[in-house]
Amino acid sequence: MSRRIPWVLVVALVAMWVPWLGSRFYTFLATDIAILALFALSLNLLLGYTGLVSFGHAAYFGIGAYTSAILMKTHGVPFALSFPAAGVVAALFALVFGFFCVRLTKIYFAMLTLAFAQIVWAICFKWNDVTGGEQGLPNVPYPELGWMAAIPGLGQMRAGDHFYLLVLALVAVAVAALRRIVASPYGRMLTVIRENPERAEFIGINVRLYQLSAFTAAGFFAGLAGALFGIFNRGVFPDFAYWTKSAEVLIMTILGGMGHFWGPAVGAMVLTLLNQQITSYTEYWPLILGTILIVLLFGFRGGIVGALAGLGRRLRRR
Amino acid sequence: MLQVQDLHKRFGGFAAISGVSFDLEKGVVMAIIGPNGAGKSTLFNLITGHLEPSAGRVLLGGRDITGAAPHAICRLGVGRSFQRTNIFPHLSVFECVQAALLAHRGQGRNFWLRSEGLYRAETMALLASLGLQDKAESLAGELSHGNQKQIELGIALASDPDILLLDEPTAGMSAVETHETIALIARIARERGLTLLFTEHDMAVVFSIAQRIGVLHQGRLIAEGDPQAVRADPEVRRVYLGERS
Amino acid sequence: MPEPAFLFGQFLGGLTAGMFLFTIAAGLSLIFGVLRVLNFAHGSFYMFGAYLGWQVMSWVGPGTEYFWLAALAAAACVALLGIAIEHCLLRHLYRREELYQLLFTYALVLILADCAKIIWGTGQLSVSRPPSLSGAVQIFGTTVPHYNLFIMLLGPAIALGLWLLMHRSRVGRLVRAAVMDREMLGALGANVGSLYTIMFGIGAFLAGLGGALVTPVKSIVPGMDVEVIVEVFIVVVIGGLGSLWGTFLGALVFGQVLAFGILIMPRFSIFAVFALMAIILIVRPWGLLGKPLR
Repeated sequence: MSRRIPWVLVVALVAMWVPWLGSRFYTFLATDIAILALFALSLNLLLGYTGLVSFGHAAYFGIGAYTSAILMKTHGVPFALSFPAAGVVAALFALVFGFFCVRLTKIYFAMLTLAFAQIVWAICFKWNDVTGGEQGLPNVPYPELGWMAAIPGLGQMRAGDHFYLLVLALVAVAVAALRRIVASPYGRMLTVIRENPERAEFIGINVRLYQLSAFTAAGFFAGLAGALFGIFNRGVFPDFAYWTKSAEVLIMTILGGMGHFWGPAVGAMVLTLLNQQITSYTEYWPLILGTILIVLLFGFRGGIVGALAGLGRRLRRR
Repeated sequence: MLQVQDLHKRFGGFAAISGVSFDLEKGVVMAIIGPNGAGKSTLFNLITGHLEPSAGRVLLGGRDITGAAPHAICRLGVGRSFQRTNIFPHLSVFECVQAALLAHRGQGRNFWLRSEGLYRAETMALLASLGLQDKAESLAGELSHGNQKQIELGIALASDPDILLLDEPTAGMSAVETHETIALIARIARERGLTLLFTEHDMAVVFSIAQRIGVLHQGRLIAEGDPQAVRADPEVRRVYLGERS
Repeated sequence: MPEPAFLFGQFLGGLTAGMFLFTIAAGLSLIFGVLRVLNFAHGSFYMFGAYLGWQVMSWVGPGTEYFWLAALAAAACVALLGIAIEHCLLRHLYRREELYQLLFTYALVLILADCAKIIWGTGQLSVSRPPSLSGAVQIFGTTVPHYNLFIMLLGPAIALGLWLLMHRSRVGRLVRAAVMDREMLGALGANVGSLYTIMFGIGAFLAGLGGALVTPVKSIVPGMDVEVIVEVFIVVVIGGLGSLWGTFLGALVFGQVLAFGILIMPRFSIFAVFALMAIILIVRPWGLLGKPLR
């Protein structure tokens, strides 16, 4: 057996140097990508590993974002507490909603996840006293990162760079945890359920219970991503939980390739960079995105990573 | 070991199983035969919890398991294979069987260890006993039909069952494959002292390994006993065996 | 306790809204019932119906009886668009998982929304009521525009028309057989592919018609596609995806819950309908009058 490369560490160590490129804009993009990559990877725990098509994953992203924003802005709770709280609250909602969702299959599962996400959106949109309603909650404070300046080499950096390094570290830990989960016996049970729920039931797996636990775990990680995104975005808005957001993260996952662990992260990166490039030429980004999606659905089912892996296999055979 | 008591199952107005009762002693190999639509698969699904009976009871080692969930029944030591080949197509053969071992050993809740090295020796031993050791790294879905049936058997055996239910274990196999598979099943049942309940359409197979035979016809068990008795039963000859001769 | 006249007005408002939604939802439900595809782009078809209706009106003369012709022409164009999409693209995805079909129709939402922006811009457009229905009547002390009465009658008429199509025509019989057993019908020599195309076209026609007819009541703006798809989605889920009368019932329920929900909890009426949808999905996933899928 070949030696395992700790890919999460490798990627994090490479990405760490982005602030030294000196451009505020690159740091901004890299932060965006890191957060969305975590969001997409959390969805893939359901989509790629458990075989559950959730069309409402943005709900947990939104819940995480609002939880952390409300705690930090309204109640002055420090980031060190509000961040894990966001994950826990999102996971609790995922547990409750998921309890009902996993009793349904296929298209009905997708519809119920979508319905719950719309309820979350409607609450965020209308509950002015707590969520700020349509206006959202602008000006979510940055976490206190003064201590980072004391670390040698980081003293000269901007606040945005400090925040990026924090995001990178937290995302790396979360992704490492996700990676462990999918490689564990528990992860194998999820794969087995994806492959064949009927057979899985008869190797002694309580299929619904495992699906529910995966749904909850995915909600937890989406909540963490949402908490980071709220701060990064300097505000949280009902859009975070809207169904189009759920579709967006699905597209990232499919674009990168849901058959591979890193696929969704690649999808998040490519989509973000593409969006950046294209929106500087034209306002019709959705048109381009829709076209990409159609090409993807018809031409590249395995997504980018799937296509690369196929190419690699073919080259090796020569 | 397994007692089925006056089992009924109705789908709407249609009685798929009506009043089936039999006892299966430990270590006995029993076949359920009957024409298509006689209710063989329904009977299996009732025993393993995939369907809930309309009336009647199923006892396992004296314990009432009627209406329990399939995963719970599996954990009580019942293994089964399905008529339609039922494996995990995108996993390797090794992973398929190892998954069943992991689930059986209660490792399913372990989300921290790496799974790939766990129970490697045991999985390989089981694969070897099925003659699949060379195919351990192949994708299960890409193998031949006969191999897939063997994998299914491996998955069922990995939970170390006391009683094994095989629904048409040789369906769709060539004569040679059928012969090999039956020899394999008979050997494993003997080695492990398994109680075996299987359905089969091939009479040669049935009479070669079954110690007891139950004949199902239109949802009723019209005869049950040792092969000679069943073969001689006039009712059986009329409704079933008679059709063939 | 509010006055009865006021409540009656509220009721009629809900009924009108419900029948509008039924016109659109009937197509969505029909497509799902036959093709088993949940078409997110249905709202986009509706929006195109509205824009095309406006376009034709602006050519033939705004404020005239040509309104009816424009509405039909717009709906026909949308039907053609639907047929082209089904024939060239969607049919290649029938064998794939639901996820791919869902994402395909979502891609259409993105593309069609931008196409509409490119063609008609982002401003508000509006169409006036046709002169023949510009008046109003008094019913129990409530003023009801003729046009709203027309919509209230149109809903049941469409329901009846669809029922006749499905139960009294050859195409309908074939379609119902196709829903039961796709392979069997193909073996009998019926062309299932073209049946699907026709049904998708009829669904798109209804969406386009709904869009064209809504223009005298609502202004045409970008974003109306996403707004309406969420609403018709709720309607069909409540009533039962694929069930004609279920969709009708769902539209009635939706209209009334929205109309009276506003009185009871002004801010949370939208929440009430989402909650209703979730409850229905939990206790009866196939809807009030739908049938469970195998």
